[in-house]
Amino acid sequence: MRPDASSGWPDLIYSVLKRNNVSQVGYVPDNGHARLIALCQQDNEITDVVMTTEAEGPGLVLGATLGGKRAALLMQSSGVGNSVNALTILKSCAAPCLLIVTMRGEFDDFNPWQVTMGAMTESTLKACGFLTYRVERAEDVEDIVTGGCNMAYGNNLQVAVLLAQRLIKRSKGAH
Amino acid sequence: MLDRREFVGHLLTDRGELLVVTGLGTPTFDVNACGDHPLNFYIWGGMGCTAMVGLGLALARPDRRIAVITGDGDLLMGMGSLATIGAKQPRNLSIVVLDNGHYGATGMQASATATGIDLAGTATSCRFRQVRSVSQIDETVDVRKILHSGQGPIFIHAKIKANDPPRVIPSRDGQAIKQRFIEASAKHI
Repeated sequence: MRPDASSGWPDLIYSVLKRNNVSQVGYVPDNGHARLIALCQQDNEITDVVMTTEAEGPGLVLGATLGGKRAALLMQSSGVGNSVNALTILKSCAAPCLLIVTMRGEFDDFNPWQVTMGAMTESTLKACGFLTYRVERAEDVEDIVTGGCNMAYGNNLQVAVLLAQRLIKRSKGAH
Repeated sequence: MLDRREFVGHLLTDRGELLVVTGLGTPTFDVNACGDHPLNFYIWGGMGCTAMVGLGLALARPDRRIAVITGDGDLLMGMGSLATIGAKQPRNLSIVVLDNGHYGATGMQASATATGIDLAGTATSCRFRQVRSVSQIDETVDVRKILHSGQGPIFIHAKIKANDPPRVIPSRDGQAIKQRFIEASAKHI
């Protein structure tokens, strides 16, 4: 049975990753990604890698690419800031990357310290050579992540899907 | 103290199908000085990433042995990746750090290891299965054996002289090096 999009979008992202034969998923734990991380951990065909900083992610993706495999990264918007120089290696090597970012500091965030990085996340990714697609509504998640995978894995491009904080809050009611 | 070129040359003699990832700066030149090879991947940017490139490759290719050859500066910048690697316990991954306690590419400024910060101890704490420190060339036979047949994750801490040998510069075209590596390593399956 297909999960209900309003709360089941992490399951839909997982199914898109599976359809695209993504076999490595690197992440720094994040509440918005908790369900998707759990699904990846339970999957024997996906190697999940918990990283000490998001800056480790691009190296992992490049290594997977060298080994003929597809990798994706999950992180919070603050992690984009942690990773800037590392992210640039992916464009230098035309290593395909799908990066799924849960946004902070943009909508009804209780912590104002998140606002500055949240405000620069998308422009930072663009400056690092990433295509960026924002998702505001749960019903768009599957389509946009699918398109992102096609662009990344089909063309050796670097693609970030930004999950709006409003989308995450409406489905989880928490950070 | 080891001569870096001599030590790396010994490690890579009769390398077989070993896949090699090099850290940016002098370690890249050291590996290339042994002879350019399609199973070498030279990193030219993203300082601190080298060990993680090795991990991604090791997880993608459990059928092959992978050696990361990098410097103390690069490893210090990505020191958390030793914990990430230790948590995954890849049996086919070795990290070789050429430690001269200095940043060779930028004018030989001292690094943290020059004050006694112990990278081998860090690797032990991070659950590397085999950790070896080497500072004499006659120990290289043993170290080479571990690199080519030991069970990982392996950490080889090589104390090298702080000299600045001539730069032996390989291709800087990331896409071309990647493509060559993928094709060469796929062929040997």
